[in-house]
Amino acid sequence: MGSIHLKQVTKSFDDVEVIKPIDLEIRNGEFMVFVGPSGCGKSTLLRIISGLEDTTSGNIEIDGQDATHLAPGKRGLAMVFQSYALYPHMSVRNNIAFPLKRAKMGKSEIEKKVDEAAKKLNLVDYLDRKPSQLSGGQRQRVAIGRAIVRQPSAFLFDEPLSNLDASLRVNMRLEISELHKSLNTTMVYVTHDQVEAMTMADRIAVFNKGVIEQVGSPLELYQNPKNIFVAGFIGSPKMNFIKTTKQNDVKVATIGVRPEHITVADGDFIWKGKIGVVEHLGSESFLHVTLHDGTGLTVKASGDTPLKYGDTVKLTVNDDKVFYFDDSGLNISDSVSNLHQVFFD
Amino acid sequence: MQSTKSKVIYTVLAWTIAGLIFFPIFWTILTSFKTESEAIASSPSLFMFDWTLVNYQDVLSRSPYFLHFSNSIIIAVGSSILGLMIAIPAAWSMAFAQTPKTKHLLMWMLSTKMLPPVGVLIPIYLLFRDFGLLDTRIGLVIVMTLINLPIIVWMLFTYFKEIPKDILESARVDGASLSQEIIYVLMPIALPGIASTLLLNIILAWNEAFWTLILTAADAAPLTAFIASYSSPEGLFYAKLSAASAMAIAPILVMGWFSQKQLVRGLSFGAVK
Amino acid sequence: MSTLHSRSLARVALVPAVALLIVWMIVPLCMTIYYSVIDYNLLVPGDNEFIGFLNYEFFLTDPAFTESFYNTLLLVGGVLFITIAGGIGLAVLLDQAMYGQNYVRLLILAPFFVMPTVSALVWKNMFMNPVNGLFAHFAVFLGLEPIDFFSQFPLLSVIIIVSWQWLPFATLILLTSIQSLDREQLEAAELDGAGPFSKFFYMVLPHLSRAITAVILIETIFLLSIFAEIFVTTSGGPGYASTNITYLIYTQSLLQFDVGMASAGGVVAVVIANLVAIVLMRLIGKNLEG
Repeated sequence: MGSIHLKQVTKSFDDVEVIKPIDLEIRNGEFMVFVGPSGCGKSTLLRIISGLEDTTSGNIEIDGQDATHLAPGKRGLAMVFQSYALYPHMSVRNNIAFPLKRAKMGKSEIEKKVDEAAKKLNLVDYLDRKPSQLSGGQRQRVAIGRAIVRQPSAFLFDEPLSNLDASLRVNMRLEISELHKSLNTTMVYVTHDQVEAMTMADRIAVFNKGVIEQVGSPLELYQNPKNIFVAGFIGSPKMNFIKTTKQNDVKVATIGVRPEHITVADGDFIWKGKIGVVEHLGSESFLHVTLHDGTGLTVKASGDTPLKYGDTVKLTVNDDKVFYFDDSGLNISDSVSNLHQVFFD
Repeated sequence: MQSTKSKVIYTVLAWTIAGLIFFPIFWTILTSFKTESEAIASSPSLFMFDWTLVNYQDVLSRSPYFLHFSNSIIIAVGSSILGLMIAIPAAWSMAFAQTPKTKHLLMWMLSTKMLPPVGVLIPIYLLFRDFGLLDTRIGLVIVMTLINLPIIVWMLFTYFKEIPKDILESARVDGASLSQEIIYVLMPIALPGIASTLLLNIILAWNEAFWTLILTAADAAPLTAFIASYSSPEGLFYAKLSAASAMAIAPILVMGWFSQKQLVRGLSFGAVK
Repeated sequence: MSTLHSRSLARVALVPAVALLIVWMIVPLCMTIYYSVIDYNLLVPGDNEFIGFLNYEFFLTDPAFTESFYNTLLLVGGVLFITIAGGIGLAVLLDQAMYGQNYVRLLILAPFFVMPTVSALVWKNMFMNPVNGLFAHFAVFLGLEPIDFFSQFPLLSVIIIVSWQWLPFATLILLTSIQSLDREQLEAAELDGAGPFSKFFYMVLPHLSRAITAVILIETIFLLSIFAEIFVTTSGGPGYASTNITYLIYTQSLLQFDVGMASAGGVVAVVIANLVAIVLMRLIGKNLEG
């Protein structure tokens, strides 16, 4: 019913190991997002799940059956490509019907399913058009329609929104999320955009150089990042990192604080610095502050902040909002309590 | 940007030069409608003569022209289709399953076309003689297919490369087998490219004048060889030569007019776009 | 795209084309080499014994070879010069704005699509014939002695015919290249004060160098093997005056039936073609990027 289990999957191209041994369980019905910077292996792993690439070693199980050596068309999966990959010489109707024809479905049944999918995705008026006559968003929907109509055990999305302009992207994000809720089918979604990941996912897998750094719900990753990489990747604007120079026995090498957790100090303060550029977004503002030792901090302030370029500002933060990382980048905040006082002069 | 005056000057210049270049063809077609004595007249006329179809009648009824015309068609079209059948899978492989060796393979294929035919003239001739392939249409179809195969593969490769890979991958995920992928997705999209390749190859095979002259005699000779027989004429024959020539070149002239882009793509090997 | 399954399918798909071309190239070539080292004349039934490099000696020391070799150089060089110089001129001309440009192109392109035997015979008989040809009529009209092209200038006559056929090819390639030249670059140059000649020499010509290289390479390969035009007009004569290496080997093998020597000639021709290709690629190879 749509559970995918990756066991010790690796992938090498020529002698370069692009994906280190990965174990991952994608639960039935969940929206799993693969996120990470370019070249981290997330798209490759998706293609391996789809069957378009072989594993170098390891197994893939789909719904308990070993699918490692099955052809792409036999895995019961549907894929939506970044470029939509619509068949340019076929009408929308035939594009959507294509997989059903391959499955040798009866003509009337095909028609019924195509009409259903078209209705669901608002494509009824476009059924006889060719892809070249459609807008980006419409093409996206045809690609999704072609996937839906197969009633797969899982959907695979490979950066489907990257080719759309910003406002369209926001709309399609909602549509895909709603689709997930209504179909209740497993979806594996690859993106490099952490906003998409946070807003759409049930769980996120953060990839870095062929390794999954952490798997968890968006909130988990936000509140309890395992290491500096995840902490810096999730959350926008990026978490502030300050290297500590003072010796200590808990081995803290870096401190991390999110811009939204730093506040302008009334009385006691921890940092003092000069404001550089202030970015006004209307609902909020971001101050780019430089401390006396050159460290830069990004601080979130209110939308109507009076602070401006050149002002001096005092900043403070709540103890429990500070993250501590050791020199290997691991999050060791659990073993530290209120010791940050020790580090500041 | 350019004034009308310069436009006119260039027009006159270009049309004059074009007229001169085209003149031999024009003259041939014109002469085909003249009588033989008109054809060699020392003050030849441009349009003021008695137009006649007698040359066409003579050539078609008194010589096996129709046989040789059909030979040309069979050999040109046959070798092109055969070549396509062999080349399509190869080009598919090189365009969509590229390996580091692919470029080298393509270069090697093209290099076989650069082999001087005299390097293999004798063995081919002797082999054809010993296997009874001399003066047969099938023999020529084989030779034409082989000498043009590199160009067909090259052209198809360039056309296939323009098709996004993920359309084929999508078909695969949608459950298409390899043959279904090629028949339902690749071929329809690549059809214009395939047609262009077919067109160019028919032209090249129709005009080939080495093997067609050497490996054929009365039975399988295409038009290239048959027209060559007019080189040892008896008596006056310019008008008939013109009629025979006009019929031989007309189809290809028309096809050629439609295939300029294909010519550049097929014969410049990527040096220009 | 690369699963084991699709990769092996891809390899299989290549097999027919590759196998056929290997057979087409290697097998006959090896046979030619074999014939070149034995004594084999189709008219003389014999042992066909191994005679080493004797055939090569005969072939290369034959004065016919020396003359054919120079003729080949002249033929290729002459046609190259005419078609490229003419091609550049025509390409520049056709790039200008004019009325009926498409039709002009068609007229200029036409000769390339005429089969070689037709063009050769049309030129030989209807233009160059010293009694009935148009050139003769024109000469008489001017009060001059008509030229007997094929007796007096056999090689030049062939050069003219072949150049007429290949000029459109060069023009088309060069025109395609010119049209890919960035217009804005030319406009910027104009604003900088460059006149038509400067623009041509400093911008158009360098841009064309790649296309010119390609034309030289491709034409040379085909021009080395000119056959039909000679076959149909002069049969290589008078003597060997218009024989090139290709035609020489043809006469030796199928007219004189000396298969052994002609095979040696065939090997020589392949070597020459390879050398030419290497030299050309070395000389101007940097202009061509696969």
